Amino acid sequence: MSRGLRPDPWQALTGRTSARIALGRAGGSLPTAELLRFALDHAEARDAVHAPLDAESMIAGLKAIGGEVLSVLSRAAGHTEYLRYPDHGRQLHEDSSRLLKDCAGQAEAPPDIVVILADGLSATAVHQNGVALVRELLSRLGRYRVGPLVLATRARVALQDDIGHALEARCAVILLGERPGLGTADSLGAYLVFNPGPGKSDADRNCVSNIRPAGLPLPVAADTIAYLIDAALSRSLSGVHLKDDRPKRLA
Amino acid sequence: MRYATTLRKRSWQFADLKEVMAKATPRRSGDELAGLAAATDTERVAARTVLADLPLSHFLEHQVVSYEADEVTRLIVDTHDAKAFEPVAGLTVGQFREWLLDYETTTEDLTALSPGLTPEMVAAVSKVCRNQDLILIASKCQVLTKFRSTIGLRGRLSVRLQPNHPTDDPSAIAASILDGLLYGCGDACIGINPATDSVEATQTLVHLMSDLIERYEIPTQSCVLCHVTTSLCAMENGCPIDLVFQSIAGTEGANKAFGIDLKLLAEAHVAATSLGRGQNVMYFETGQGSALSSGTHLGVDQQTLEARAYAVARAFEPLLVNTVVGFIGPEYLYDGKQITRAGLEDHFCGKLLGLPMGVDVCYTNHAEADQDDMDSLLTLLGAAGVSYIMGVPGADDVMLNYQSTSFHDAQYLRQLLGRRPAPEFEAWLETMRLTHGNRLLPVDGGNRLLESV
Repeated sequence: MSRGLRPDPWQALTGRTSARIALGRAGGSLPTAELLRFALDHAEARDAVHAPLDAESMIAGLKAIGGEVLSVLSRAAGHTEYLRYPDHGRQLHEDSSRLLKDCAGQAEAPPDIVVILADGLSATAVHQNGVALVRELLSRLGRYRVGPLVLATRARVALQDDIGHALEARCAVILLGERPGLGTADSLGAYLVFNPGPGKSDADRNCVSNIRPAGLPLPVAADTIAYLIDAALSRSLSGVHLKDDRPKRLA
Repeated sequence: MRYATTLRKRSWQFADLKEVMAKATPRRSGDELAGLAAATDTERVAARTVLADLPLSHFLEHQVVSYEADEVTRLIVDTHDAKAFEPVAGLTVGQFREWLLDYETTTEDLTALSPGLTPEMVAAVSKVCRNQDLILIASKCQVLTKFRSTIGLRGRLSVRLQPNHPTDDPSAIAASILDGLLYGCGDACIGINPATDSVEATQTLVHLMSDLIERYEIPTQSCVLCHVTTSLCAMENGCPIDLVFQSIAGTEGANKAFGIDLKLLAEAHVAATSLGRGQNVMYFETGQGSALSSGTHLGVDQQTLEARAYAVARAFEPLLVNTVVGFIGPEYLYDGKQITRAGLEDHFCGKLLGLPMGVDVCYTNHAEADQDDMDSLLTLLGAAGVSYIMGVPGADDVMLNYQSTSFHDAQYLRQLLGRRPAPEFEAWLETMRLTHGNRLLPVDGGNRLLESV
């Protein structure tokens, strides 16, 4: 046997799982190609976490599908502060708060639903799938009064409470980049809250996660989110008491 | 008692014991987030100096969390073994560090002392220890536990095989289990974090593992890391559960946020023991910052609270305890340096308190850390005699979306430090022609383990 790389004779198993199995070995250690594949996946995940949200092109994309777009910031002044003090990402910057309240003051009637697109922990996911998911979702919300689209920068999930409250919306949905794993930097999460405002906790939210082409496909996710919005608005609640009661789809 | 000192003509004073403990702690983002950390490096050393001069007996008279208000404090105080404490009863925290480091202090001394130590004493001494002290002292400890395999023998390093999958697909999970076994891993347990915490999913996964363990007569034990109430239901249904899992924390409030209390853990311990499947039947996970994240830290620093979680663990004679040190994120442990320090502290404190400590050497992608940091911490923990580590295919957990240590990492550590798997499991690996000594053997495509592929 030559020295160096030794493949594993159970390659047949790799089709069953996305886990990194049958990698082969050199001695007991990783082959060089695997070492580099991992390094690339990690680098992409890190870059996704640290990439700034390209607000300009996101606003252009949202305008093209939904009309009015409001761009807001959280209280987190920079990216390091955003990572270290999650609470700062859960509160609106006062300028943004004023912007939304002015907008609410001029509206004819409060919206049933406000849809927010936000960076979360992966701007890459928003860049790749954000506008497309908003488009899918809006096409399912035709019978509701939908408020202005909101693009939020340095935003955690609970920023939906401040945003929805300022716009006097009955219900808020935030679509944001999930904390990326390896090879999942394009993954979005969606969180729904009824009657957004102060005092909401995670138990008041419904979550749809792993939204990406290789995970939960965008149209399927939009169906689920729209179902939850229907249920939240008709039953006037969200969170642990609101379940997705639809019969299970066949995989 | 005044908590005060003068260093180079500068006076320092601290309001109470928990302020001294918090400010003596090596810098970390979680204590800063909580507003508990020292404001400057000099203040940190001043607090450490005050802490070093406190008698260990002070921790029996003063609690950082109220006895009346918190059942974890009551557990700590009510089960303290004064007789075991005697050898160190007259020492200060600083002198205790020196006692631990003394050539004459043996493994047997530390085992005998363990019930006499409280989590706060152990946390305090860890705060005046450098990393090398945490490693050297922990390496003197030996904690043995047993189910089908024996964990913690000197010269051994065990691995929890962690074959998670985003949809709990049995065929995918089985593939990862086979991969791990073929790489010599799985002697601590085969432990699955389920994507869905339900009785039905748990029972499916338990049966998958118990069938595999029986079919190949693997000397290891299975665990589905579901909520303890889920395990209780599954046991009532006659499910062959080896180990009952639960996440635990260091305050009554933080445990309540996990949906548990001591009574519930005791109920699960009795139920699992009565199945008669093995000697040590509990598996606990912990991690610095959990109390802060649920708003139940009561002004106590995250490392002291982590040590208090070990008091909860030791009440139930677990087979395995591990700290999931880097999972919680950069707002609690910012970077590789902070994760490394916390991993060594947790292992040290757990071992001194008599626990079979493993460490999930890990990080998330929003922390300032990478695989090189994990290599360093893994190697340091190996030197410290860690009981077990995690084995995740390629170090990439595709369900929990974080990076841990891999089957290859386990091989690295065993090879480097001459550590072998648990003896029962090592014998099985040799019978299956998978390893010889510290080396993996070339696997023949006709190996029995692959016959189901």
